Amino acid sequence: MKVYLTRRYLFSASHRLHCDGLSEAENEATYGKCNNPYGHGHNYALEVTVSGPVNPQTGMVCNLVDLDDAVQAEVLERFDHENLNTREEFAAIVPTTENLSEVIFNILKQSFTAAHLEKVRLEETMMNSFEYAGGAELRI
Amino acid sequence: MVYLTRKCEFSASHYYHNPEFSAEENQRIFGKCSNLNGHGHNYTLEVTVKGDVDPTTGFVVDLKELKEILNREVLEALDHRHLNKEVPEFSQQIPTTENLAIAIWNRLRGKLHVAKLHRVRVYELPDLFVDFYGET
Repeated sequence: MKVYLTRRYLFSASHRLHCDGLSEAENEATYGKCNNPYGHGHNYALEVTVSGPVNPQTGMVCNLVDLDDAVQAEVLERFDHENLNTREEFAAIVPTTENLSEVIFNILKQSFTAAHLEKVRLEETMMNSFEYAGGAELRI
Repeated sequence: MVYLTRKCEFSASHYYHNPEFSAEENQRIFGKCSNLNGHGHNYTLEVTVKGDVDPTTGFVVDLKELKEILNREVLEALDHRHLNKEVPEFSQQIPTTENLAIAIWNRLRGKLHVAKLHRVRVYELPDLFVDFYGET
């Protein structure tokens, strides 16, 4: 019996959307207010979905404590209350929430192996969210 | 094909305990959930069905009928119950959210006459939920 378990986490970070390969005018045209040189911040909500068979001994896909520990150590401590532009993960890419979704998925794919990482869903604000499943199609 | 989701809530108590584990193992694996006096949650259930829109009614499913099925098959059995002690599925199985989603799927399977059951989603907390699609 394959089930999907989703856990939601919160973190806050700042960023500035700016591409060195574009002119000042192009950056302004592309990113608008998000191009403000001093940056701005968001309260991000991260949903991590893992899947797998239910262990008959525990009734669990994976122990929630292990998932929480991995997300805390590998994602929240890395990005919470940080300026994303100063992080090495964004040295060469713009810290859009699209890119942040991919970065977080790839970090968790490496660090959490107790269940299959299905997807991450990242809310930048209450009005927009992004999902990444390692390139796979999302299921409804 | 249109997907329709109906939401409902129920409240229940449970605890996690495997009699094959030692007291220490139960405590280590299940933590606070292993308290044998139990604890409770307000669960939110989302049931998604799918089907073609009936050209006469404009419905995928009659919502009144779906609501009655959910009340009869799920809520009457689970709402304000102790899952370990009062729900037969959990006499031998630990009532985790994973097993609860599977149990609700099995209670609903075959009960819908027009639409097809697509997904059962059970929220134990606003930040924790399980999806089951009937996959083996």
